[in-house]
Amino acid sequence: MVATPEKQTPANKQYRVIGTRPLRPDGTDKVTGRAAYGADVKLEGLLYGQVLRSPHAHARIKSINTKKAEALPGVKAVVTAQDFPPPPPGSINLGESTANFQFLKDNLLASTKALYHGHAVAAVAAVDLHTAEDALALIEVQYEPLPHVVDVREAMLDSAPVLHDSLRTQIRAAGIAPRPDRPTNVASHMRLQKGEIEKGFAEADVVIEREFETSMFHQGYIEPHTSTAYWNKDGEVSIWTSSQGPFGVRGQVAALLQLPVSKVHVTPMEIGGGFGGKIPTYLDPITALLSRKSGRPVKVAMTREAVFEGTGPTSATFSRVKIGAKKDGTLTAAQVYLAYGAGAFPGSSVGAGAMCALAPYVIPNTQIDGLDVVVNRPKTEAYRAPGAPAAEFGVEAVMNELAERLDIDPLELRLKNIASEGALNASGQPWGKIGAREVVMAMKEHQHYNSELQGEHVGRGVALGFWFNGGMESASSAKTNDDGTVSLILGSVDIGGSRASLAMQLAETLGVPYEAVKPKVVDTDSVGFTMVTGGSRTTFAGGWVAYELGVQIRGKLVERAARIWEVPVDQVSYGDDGVIRGPKDAEGKERKLAFTEIAGQLARTGGQIAVSASVSKNTQGAAFAGHIVDLKVDTATGKVDVLRYTAVQDVGTAIHPSYVEGQIHGAVAQGIGMALLEEYVYGADGRLQNASFLDYRMPTTLDVPMIETVLVEVPNPGHPYGVRGVGEVPIVPPQGAIQAAVYDAIGVRFQHTPMSPRVILDELLPDGG
Amino acid sequence: MQAVKYVRAASVQDAVRLLQDGGATARVLAGGTDVIVQARERRREIRLFVDVKHIKELIGVSYSARGGLTIGAATPCYQIYGDANVRQRYPTLVDASSVIGGTAIQGRASLGGNLCNSSPAGDGIPAMIVLEGVANIAGPGGERTVAIEQFCTGPGRNVLAAGEFVVSLHFPAPAAHSGARWMRFIPRNEMDIAVVNAASQLRFDGNRVSWARIALGAVAPTPLLVAEAAAAVVGKPLSDETIAAAAAAARSAATPIADMRGSIKQRKHLVGVFTERTLRGAAERAQGAQ
Ligand SMILES: Cc1cc2nc3c(=O)[nH]c(=O)nc-3n(C[C@H](O)[C@H](O)[C@H](O)COP(=O)(O)OP(=O)(O)OC[C@H]3O[C@@H](n4cnc5c(N)ncnc54)[C@H](O)[C@@H]3O)c2cc1C
Repeated sequence: MVATPEKQTPANKQYRVIGTRPLRPDGTDKVTGRAAYGADVKLEGLLYGQVLRSPHAHARIKSINTKKAEALPGVKAVVTAQDFPPPPPGSINLGESTANFQFLKDNLLASTKALYHGHAVAAVAAVDLHTAEDALALIEVQYEPLPHVVDVREAMLDSAPVLHDSLRTQIRAAGIAPRPDRPTNVASHMRLQKGEIEKGFAEADVVIEREFETSMFHQGYIEPHTSTAYWNKDGEVSIWTSSQGPFGVRGQVAALLQLPVSKVHVTPMEIGGGFGGKIPTYLDPITALLSRKSGRPVKVAMTREAVFEGTGPTSATFSRVKIGAKKDGTLTAAQVYLAYGAGAFPGSSVGAGAMCALAPYVIPNTQIDGLDVVVNRPKTEAYRAPGAPAAEFGVEAVMNELAERLDIDPLELRLKNIASEGALNASGQPWGKIGAREVVMAMKEHQHYNSELQGEHVGRGVALGFWFNGGMESASSAKTNDDGTVSLILGSVDIGGSRASLAMQLAETLGVPYEAVKPKVVDTDSVGFTMVTGGSRTTFAGGWVAYELGVQIRGKLVERAARIWEVPVDQVSYGDDGVIRGPKDAEGKERKLAFTEIAGQLARTGGQIAVSASVSKNTQGAAFAGHIVDLKVDTATGKVDVLRYTAVQDVGTAIHPSYVEGQIHGAVAQGIGMALLEEYVYGADGRLQNASFLDYRMPTTLDVPMIETVLVEVPNPGHPYGVRGVGEVPIVPPQGAIQAAVYDAIGVRFQHTPMSPRVILDELLPDGG
Repeated sequence: MQAVKYVRAASVQDAVRLLQDGGATARVLAGGTDVIVQARERRREIRLFVDVKHIKELIGVSYSARGGLTIGAATPCYQIYGDANVRQRYPTLVDASSVIGGTAIQGRASLGGNLCNSSPAGDGIPAMIVLEGVANIAGPGGERTVAIEQFCTGPGRNVLAAGEFVVSLHFPAPAAHSGARWMRFIPRNEMDIAVVNAASQLRFDGNRVSWARIALGAVAPTPLLVAEAAAAVVGKPLSDETIAAAAAAARSAATPIADMRGSIKQRKHLVGVFTERTLRGAAERAQGAQ
């Protein structure tokens, strides 16, 4: 990491602070272990909770008897689904996902049925963890095991066990045949259509159709979920939690416990990763109920096993991709069919996957179908560019195969069809200013792409990726201090360095040094409504708010200077260098006040300045990425060694380039894990077999090469500083790029991920080997 | 984790008495990198930990040309692979002890613990087998020694009787013109459990292999010493043919299970690959030693 702040990046000569690499304000506390995470919360009289989970993949819950557990000395409360009030109708928008209250409640604590191995059924609070654990063993749950289904394609069969008797397929587009009115696991079917695909395929010289599968992947954040709650005698509930969105937690808890939001106070603790998985709530309503019952504060911290079994990974998917092209590489039609396993409740990210699938390309005739299918697995949740990696994996694989079939360079094939401003996307909307072409050009010109591969069984692959990036609501306030600094009050949890990137944008607006802005993340009572830190939206929307705060402060300082100088306001101006200038004085000297000078005088000239602002944006700049990978396959063991990796991305404006690079490094590492190592493994009994970091293999530092990043800056015209979200799109290309490189190395086109050593070896060994 | 009692044993006799009094729910605690995880997950009923790290015979490495190498059973890996004699004369122990877990784990994990945990996949065990290691055991009936290859009796099971524990591990001084190598296959490059591990030792008389030992892990209920594989290379110069014959013998000796960590086909195949790789590695080291 960068130890000393560097000079500005050349791409952004117009800025003073943006493009530099200052130290993050939370860094020292984090590396010295001082930063307070959810597990660090300690309150007087604190009880420790534990959650009992279903050992069955699918079972009717005939009864739950908690008497013996309650009688154990030291146990202060036991809760089950019965302790929840009936959930309100409807759902809550959590930013990167939506939670239906009925499903959310049933997921928190199963009532009539356990729908997956690890589904929570009861919770205990006791004076210490050992006692709480002992108490779990005393809860008697009578299960009637039911047949289960964990595979998305099997779940769609008429013969499949049905998870929800009330579920009927929601048809979400015209032209899709309605389904019979009987229970099904297919929760919804959506379609995006443009042009006439039959005509398009008829015009093609080459058509390739392939089927793909991706596994269920967990976000693998290092910090397990925690929640501490105290329900006081006045009925006010305070919660300290590890979440990407404290306002989302507030909304979910208030709805499920039927409290007004103003009675729920959520303090976000430092967070050890989320990647979308810490948007929904799992523990907060339970700790709140345990606290109400026991009259004491209660903390629950998940084990890693509970995180794998009981939280929200991404969907295991099936897809079919068919693309047609003319001899010269012009794409004529594409058809994509996506079936995503939603887990135990409807609501996978298949819709987003459908919208992303073909986004990098302009194709006149397209049809994309997306099916959301419930299976006996944990309810899936957002994971970094939710839905996109699986959908684009198949498309990129077919594009690479097309390039070979047409004997066209894979990047040339892409350039020929690349999405550009004004062209229509798969939903029929015109693209705004995007950097897709610039990304592919930068890949083509990169030394990596033009270098020679050396050695045996080595291969190279490329793939593109697209993600929308979110806008949504953010709010902040700011106040001046008489030492010449500005406090910036944030509602966005800082996951990837947003304290710094938001402070930098306010500093830029005010023309003050980065160090003069003091960011602080606060609780839900202390700042305006702010959506989740997710959807690559925080630096975008939060930065917009910071800019508006800066503009307001500039205006007020101009007024203040005018008053000090006793000149009309319109003769005073605020320079980008942070200096306020007025008309020349009687002696002909220029009137000037630097921000730091005037800040010290504010108390005497009308008081300190405090401002607040909020934004709500429907859209933001779309993001494109392109990756190049070299790897080597050990054909005796099937093991892949990633040798070189280059990630090119349109990042809009890199506010803090180190954090942009960090986002890309992290996403590529996760993508390598998806491509080569990670998967949820289920036994024939429907139980998850690998709920640990030993057997759920995320790559370690030794499994990932140095990742070179190329930041292409095509500023987003829809943002004062050109920001586009950067954190999600770089997880999209790795699976496709690595699949292509493995093919280049050993001549096998795998159509599923992960391409683990066993899978590769199986392909290389003669049968019976 | 249930609440557990902890006692620090001061001497070998003290430990024997504590273990005997503690009965079936007393367990030796060395580095704790296996047993604390097992206790936390309640995979074993444990009521008493007898910490043996403070008994002087259990920590430390000593070597003499006559007596060979003795390693206190609870000596952490980093002290083993950091020892000059081990590095020079027993690089095979470095192979294994320097990849168990990672740096943090190696600060605690011991080869005694690795052996007594008796996992079929325990990485140290095949290395200790080919080096002709023996375990020095103390117990209520006094002391006894057991060859490493005879120590494990099943997954998680071994020859230790009630009140017994391992005091130290002993290895003869390396013979002239000999070399040994340990390797494993893991899907990742660190922090993983062996799908297969293997070790070979070769002694040469001129260019002829005069003596060999080949051991395998993770492919049977216990780590295996495979005499048939060794026999395939002894008496002849080491060649592609003898190596292939050893690999084939190793493959037929392996009786792996299929689980999420590996299929039978994969494990059998890898047994052959790593028999070959460790044999070649052993020969290289033997050459270097000449
Ligand atoms: C993150 C992580 C990574 C790991 N990676 C590896 C790996 O790569 N390869 C590998 O093989 N293992 C690995 N392990 C397992 C473990 O670290 C090793 O088996 C280690 O060698 C155990 O040694 P220990 O001293 O910690 O044993 P402990 O946990 O203290 O003991 C293990 C068992 O042996 C018994 N025991 C210990 N010492 C004696 C003795 N002197 N006499 C009698 N009984 C005794 C204990 O009662 C217990 O049953 C890993 C563990 C972790 C947590």
